[in-house]
Amino acid sequence: MQLQNNKLIDLQHITKSFDGNMVLDDLCLYIRENEFLTLLGPSGCGKTTTLRIIGGFETPDKGQVLFEGRDISDLPPNKREVNTVFQKYALFPHMTIAENIAFGLKIRKKSASYIKDKIKYALKLVNLDGFENRMPDSLSGGQQQRIAIARAIVNEPKILLLDEPLGALDLKLRQDMQYELIRLKNELGITFIYVTHDQEEALTMSDTIVVMNQGYIQQIGTPESIYNEPENAFVADFIGDSNIIEGIMIKDELVEILGAKFVCVDKGFGENNPVDVVIRPEDIDLLKPEEGTIDGIVTDTIFKGVHYEMCVMARGFEFVVHSTDYFPVDTRVGIRVDPFDIQIMHKPESEDEKAVEIDE
Amino acid sequence: MNNRNNRFLAAPYLIWSAGFIIIPLVMVLYYAFTDFNGSFTVSNVTAIISYVNIKALMLSIAFSLAATFMCLIIAYPLCLILTTVIKNSSSFLSLIFILPMWMNSLLRTYAWQNILERKGVINGILAFLNLPLFYIINKPPAILLGMIYDFLPFMVLPVYNSVSRIDKDLLNAARDLGADPFETFLRVIWPLSLPGVISGITMVFVPSLTTFVISDILGGGKILLIGNVIEQLFTQDSDWNAGAGLSAILMVFIVISMFITAKYDREDIK
Repeated sequence: MQLQNNKLIDLQHITKSFDGNMVLDDLCLYIRENEFLTLLGPSGCGKTTTLRIIGGFETPDKGQVLFEGRDISDLPPNKREVNTVFQKYALFPHMTIAENIAFGLKIRKKSASYIKDKIKYALKLVNLDGFENRMPDSLSGGQQQRIAIARAIVNEPKILLLDEPLGALDLKLRQDMQYELIRLKNELGITFIYVTHDQEEALTMSDTIVVMNQGYIQQIGTPESIYNEPENAFVADFIGDSNIIEGIMIKDELVEILGAKFVCVDKGFGENNPVDVVIRPEDIDLLKPEEGTIDGIVTDTIFKGVHYEMCVMARGFEFVVHSTDYFPVDTRVGIRVDPFDIQIMHKPESEDEKAVEIDE
Repeated sequence: MNNRNNRFLAAPYLIWSAGFIIIPLVMVLYYAFTDFNGSFTVSNVTAIISYVNIKALMLSIAFSLAATFMCLIIAYPLCLILTTVIKNSSSFLSLIFILPMWMNSLLRTYAWQNILERKGVINGILAFLNLPLFYIINKPPAILLGMIYDFLPFMVLPVYNSVSRIDKDLLNAARDLGADPFETFLRVIWPLSLPGVISGITMVFVPSLTTFVISDILGGGKILLIGNVIEQLFTQDSDWNAGAGLSAILMVFIVISMFITAKYDREDIK
């Protein structure tokens, strides 16, 4: 995917609070043309508010929203070249599917034949040909969501905003719709801004992920860099399972964890500085005792289908390990981690950078 | 629960509706189509075409339409404001508008008589301020005012219900798709509130059409509505057959408006 460098949307120092609660604090973010950008974070992190500010449903207390370099902060939603797909679809219940899709086009006074062609094209695009005369409440959730997307894209917006559009669908449908959305984006060639709390959705679909917590951006990056190189404990914890251990950076490329020295690839953290260390469960190799860097005892084993999820207690820390090899409970094992699988992070500087328990 | 139990539970209601709704209706129809001696006649019903009766009926329809229209004009913006602008205090504000329903309508109408009288509350204040006095008592505007005041809550309730049930995301979606606030109202809010508007119209139109108390008290007996004509036939002339004949005619108009409501209720959106 070729990403152009011109900024389509530029959020500058956006601050927003509701009833004295700060929701966004000095948020700066730009979105490039043709990007699939995902705002990812737990509920209340400010991701939906950010989307609503871009859509025009909220006005920032401070800061500017630039669209192709033009300040649109005070422009109402109907004057913006963006369209939104709402979480609960928000189809007009008193209109047929065709009337729903035609809504924006009729407002723009397009000709009847143009509207007819567009409806046909949009329904084909979302694989719902022939649904013109159905009423929204006769459609399943997944079908309604496709219509909501069709209704938005016939207006040829520069940007499509999607507010947790798959949140109300069941798992299988959600996975299918993820591929569908990627296909749609490639066919349409427009910019997608996607809001979700589902890290798997974000990793699957995005060009760029913006991880947010408590009104602050925690990290911006590609799915790979967010997953493999989390910048703080919050990101590491929110994206996938991870073991976050306190350690001491002895020197470049050497870190002490639980009293043992591990070789790593990170540099520039100084000498003898406290750090947080992230090790992904699938990056831990379990060996025979004494063969690893430290030894531990398996305390729990769950079969997960693709792999076993095991808890290994070692020197007072419980590692979560994913492995296709089976080790029964109470087995003594050696733990080894390859140097490039050890991710070093600065200690949290504020409350919002700390790891949180997320149980959705 | 099985069917037999269901039927048993419905029995009190069936007895009630038979005794107090169906039998009286049959009696009205019986009296309407018989004369003093009990033999069949249509003269009670055709009496509607006499000048006095047709004038009273037309006047009633005119008053009811005006009262219904005014109630809608007042209630609709109020409901929009209650649901959108000041949603936090809306339950208190809607209570204020519903509260008069808890008072006897006769009392409320007498209160208006006191307020509007030639030497009533309003004119007392106007006289004190040396302003020209205000005489609408015993004139059509007083009756219209009484109807609007009495029946406004019947418009507010259903309209408020239907407007407040509209999902805010639908309004956002309309704005998002390019509709300005007026187009959003025209294409989304109004059509979705129509079931409430229709039942509000019926609930104001029907009691306005049949009232005789309001026209009696605020019209000073000078303006005869169809309700007053029927009341006089029953109470002063003791001519039950003639009264029932005109009541039957009035019922036709009510049934027509009920049919309109039922039609739109079926098209009601959940």
